[in-house]
Amino acid sequence: MSKEYVLKEVEFWDGAMASSQALRQAEVDIMAAYPITPSTPIIQNYADYLSNGYVDGEYIRTESEHAAMSACVAASAAGARVTTATSSQGFALMIEVLYQASGMRLPVVLNVANRALAAPLNVNGDHSDLYLGRDAGWINLCTFNQQEVYDMTLMSFKIGEHKNVRLPVMVHQDGFICSHTAQNVAPLQDDVARKFVGDFEAVDSLLDFARPVTYGAQTEEDWHFEHKAKQHKAIMDSINVIEDTFEEFEKLTGRKYNAVESYMMEDAEIAIVALGTTIESSIEAARQLREEGIKVGIVAPRVFRPFPYDKIADALKNVKAIGILDRSSPGGALGMLFNEVTAAIYTNDTKPVINNYIYGLGGRDTTIADLKQIAKEIQANADAGKLTTPVQQFSGLRGPKLSFFDMESSK
Amino acid sequence: MLEIRWHSRAGQGAVTGAKGLGDIVSDTGKQVQAFAFYGSAKRGAAMSAYNRIDDKPILNHEKFMIPDYVLVLDPALAFIGNITANEKEDTKYIITTHLSKKELLEKLPNLDEKRVYTLDCMKISQETIGRAIPNTPMLGALMKVSGMFEIDYFKNAIIKVLSKFPQKIVDANLKAIQRAYEEVV
Repeated sequence: MSKEYVLKEVEFWDGAMASSQALRQAEVDIMAAYPITPSTPIIQNYADYLSNGYVDGEYIRTESEHAAMSACVAASAAGARVTTATSSQGFALMIEVLYQASGMRLPVVLNVANRALAAPLNVNGDHSDLYLGRDAGWINLCTFNQQEVYDMTLMSFKIGEHKNVRLPVMVHQDGFICSHTAQNVAPLQDDVARKFVGDFEAVDSLLDFARPVTYGAQTEEDWHFEHKAKQHKAIMDSINVIEDTFEEFEKLTGRKYNAVESYMMEDAEIAIVALGTTIESSIEAARQLREEGIKVGIVAPRVFRPFPYDKIADALKNVKAIGILDRSSPGGALGMLFNEVTAAIYTNDTKPVINNYIYGLGGRDTTIADLKQIAKEIQANADAGKLTTPVQQFSGLRGPKLSFFDMESSK
Repeated sequence: MLEIRWHSRAGQGAVTGAKGLGDIVSDTGKQVQAFAFYGSAKRGAAMSAYNRIDDKPILNHEKFMIPDYVLVLDPALAFIGNITANEKEDTKYIITTHLSKKELLEKLPNLDEKRVYTLDCMKISQETIGRAIPNTPMLGALMKVSGMFEIDYFKNAIIKVLSKFPQKIVDANLKAIQRAYEEVV
C-alpha cells in the first residue's frame, strides 16, 4: 500500500511535475521508460515517488524508447495500468510500437513533452513530435499550461481505459515552456484523484490462463481492413467518452474543458488557431489588441485526435479572417493544422480569408509582439476581403522575410 | 506584473532560486511563473532564469522580458553578460561583487546612472554555508531592495523550501539570507 502524499491547495509545479504527480495519483502499475530531455523529469519524479513508497508499482528501465513502448504494450496486454513519457528523438524511435499499442487496443498513457526533431540537434520545444504521431491511432489531448497537464493526465487513464474506448492516449505539453516552467497548479488530494480515476480493470488479460487470448495476430487482406476500420470507429466514437469525462471532471473541480476551446470568440472578427502554450500567449496578445479595437478571438483543438471537425467549423463560422499557426516544419507543404482546420471550415456558409504561419521552431521565442503582428496581418486580410500576403509566412525568423504559396487565385 | 531576470552560471542555483521564490510567493495567493533558458549548457556556462509575479493568472509564455529587477549571481557576468538587455528606466540591479559599489561603477560606467545595489553573495555563502552558492543570499538582498516580504516572514517561508536539506544547512542558509539583507547597499 502506498503512502499518502499530502499536497497544498495550490502547488508551484512545472509541467513535468504536474504530470508525474498525476501519474502517482493514478496509481500506475508499470512505468517503462528511457529518459530524454525535456520529458526526463516526468519519469525521474515518478521513480522517486516509487523509491520512497508513494507508489505501489514497478519501474522498468529499458535500453531505448522502442523497448520502453514495447514493455508498455506487453505490460498493458498482461493487464496492468501502464505509462511512459518521451520527447522528440525518443518519440520518433517509439513510432513503430505506437501503432502496435493502438492496433492492439491497449490503453497505455504517454506524456509527451514536445520538442523539435534533429537535424540540427535541438532540445527545445516545437510540435514536430506531436505531428509525427498524429496518424498512429492514439487519442491526443493538448494542454496549454501546467494545470491542464495535471488535469489531462488524470483524465487520460479514465478515457483510454473506458470499456467503450480501449485506446492509448497521449497528453502533450510544450517542452520547456511548459515542462520546465513552474506556475500555480491546484491539484486534487490523493483520495479524491484516485476515486476519480478509478481502479484499473483488466480486459482480455494475457495472464488470464482460464481464457487465453492472442495479441498481435497477423491479418492479411481478409481481415486487416476490418480491424483498422473498427479501430478508426473506436477513436471517432471516443469523443463521447472524452466529453463525458470532461463533464465529470468539471463537476469535481469546476474546471471546464471542451473538445475545442474558444476564447473571446463571441464578438471576434478574426481568429488565431494554434496549439500549446501559444494559445495562452495569444489570449494575452488579444487582450492588448482589443484595447486598440482589433477584435481577435482564439480557437484551439483541446482534443487533437479524434479531430473535432464539426466543432472547429462551428467555432470559426462567424469570423472574416483566420490565421492558422503551425509549430512544425511542414517540409514542402502548408502546415498540418492549416490543412485540417481549412478542411473543417470548408462546408461553412462563410468563406473567411485564411493564412498559415510557421513559427517557433526549435524553441524560438514566440513573443506577444509577434502574435500581435500576426493578428494585425489577419485583420488586414479581413479588411481587404482577400489575402494581402502569400498563404504561408514564417513568423519570428531572422533574415529576409520568407513566404510561400503566392496564389494567383487568391488575389 | 512584476518581472525578475536572473543572470547566473549553470550550477549557481538561479533556477532553484527562481523556483524557490515562486514557491513562497504562490503561497500568498499570488500567481507566479519561474523558468530558465536551457540549452545543452554545462556547469559554469552563463545562463538566465526568470520570474513573473502577478495578481491574475499569468498567460504570457514569451521568454522576452522587460525586467523590474535584474539579479546577477556571478561577479563576472556584470562584465561579460548583457545584464542591461531590455531594461526600463527604473530597472533595479542587484549585483554580487567583491568590489565596493564605487569600485564596480568605476569599472562599469554604463551602470553609473542606474539603480544599482551590490553585495558579495559569494563571500556570504562561503562564510555561512561553506560553499559558493549565491542564490539564497541573493533572495535576502532582493527582500531588502524590493520590500516584497518582511525578512522574518521570508526566512520562515524558505525553511519549507529547504526542507530536504539537513538542519545545519537550513540554518546556514538563514544566516546567509540575513547577512545579505543587512549587507546589500
